[in-house]
Amino acid sequence: MNTRVTHSAPEPVFAEPWHAQVFAVTVALNEAGRFEWSDWAERFSQTLKMHGLDRELDGGDDYFHAWLETLEQLLIEQGAAEFDDIQQLRNAWEKAYLTTPHGQPVHLAASE
Amino acid sequence: MPHDDHDHPHALLPPDPALRVKALETILTRKGLIDPAALDEIIDTYQNKIGPQNGACVVAKAWSDPAFKQALLADATQVVADLGFYGRQGEHIVVVENTPDQHNMVVCTLCSCYPWPLLGIPPGWYKSDAYRARAVREPRKVLAEFGVTLPPETAVRVWDSTAEIRYLVLPMRPEGSDGLDEGDQAALVTRDSMIGTGLPMVPS
Repeated sequence: MNTRVTHSAPEPVFAEPWHAQVFAVTVALNEAGRFEWSDWAERFSQTLKMHGLDRELDGGDDYFHAWLETLEQLLIEQGAAEFDDIQQLRNAWEKAYLTTPHGQPVHLAASE
Repeated sequence: MPHDDHDHPHALLPPDPALRVKALETILTRKGLIDPAALDEIIDTYQNKIGPQNGACVVAKAWSDPAFKQALLADATQVVADLGFYGRQGEHIVVVENTPDQHNMVVCTLCSCYPWPLLGIPPGWYKSDAYRARAVREPRKVLAEFGVTLPPETAVRVWDSTAEIRYLVLPMRPEGSDGLDEGDQAALVTRDSMIGTGLPMVPS
C-alpha cells in the first residue's frame, strides 16, 4: 500500500462522474426505503471481499465497480430491475453516444 | 493522452460502468423509484456542502468549551445534531478523544462506514484493502506512513466502524493555538486528524 503518496494529494470527492451517479442512486433508493443501509453495507462488504480475493483493491475505480455490481444484484433480486433490461438500456445508451454529434446533449432514442 | 475533437465525430463514449449506471437510472426513473433532480441534489451536497469542515468546527468547539466537550464525549450524535450535523450515515456517532496516553484511529474493515455528516465522503485510501487490513494489524506502521510518529508511551487504539456506529477522533489541541479564536482553531483541524491518521496543523 502506498498511503504516503495518496493521502497528501488533493483529491476530488468523486474521481469520475459515474462514481457520483451510482452513489447518488444508492443513497436515493435507501432514503426511499428500498433497503436498509446496514443491509447494503453487508452486501457491499461481501462484494468487496469477493473482488479482493485475487487482487488488492485500491479504493478508487475498483471500489465503485464493486458498488455498482452490488446495486445491480440488489435491484435484480428485489425485482426493481431485470438483467435483460439493464443490458438493453446499457446498449441503447452506448448507441446514443455513438450516434450523437460531438458536443450535442445525448438522449436515448424515443423507441428505447 | 491528448485528443482532438475532430477525431470524435460523435459524443465521447463513457466507460462501460457509466453506461450501466445510466441504464439503472433510466429504469428506476421510469418506474418512479428515483427522481433525477434528487440525484443532483445528493451529489451537490457531498461535492460542495458537507465535508471535513463540519467535523473541524465540532473539534474546535470541543477544544474551547469544556462543557461542550463533555457532552460530546457522552452523546456525540445528539450534540452534533444540535449544531445541524445530522442525516445520512450519522445516525450514531461516537467521538473518541486523543490523550497523551491514547491515540485513536478509525477504520472500517467491513467496507467504508464513515461519519458522513461530519467528514463527507471518505478518501480513496480509507476504502482501500491495504488500509482496511493493515490499520488493525499494524497501526503504528500505517501511522508512520502518514507521517505520524507517536511517543512510545502513547497506546494506539483502533476503532472499527460499522453501519451502525461511526467514529470521529477528537485530536489533541496543538501547541501554540491558545490565543486563536474558534474559527482559526478549526482551520488547524485536518480531515486525517479526525480519522486519526494525522495530527492537527501547528499554528505558524
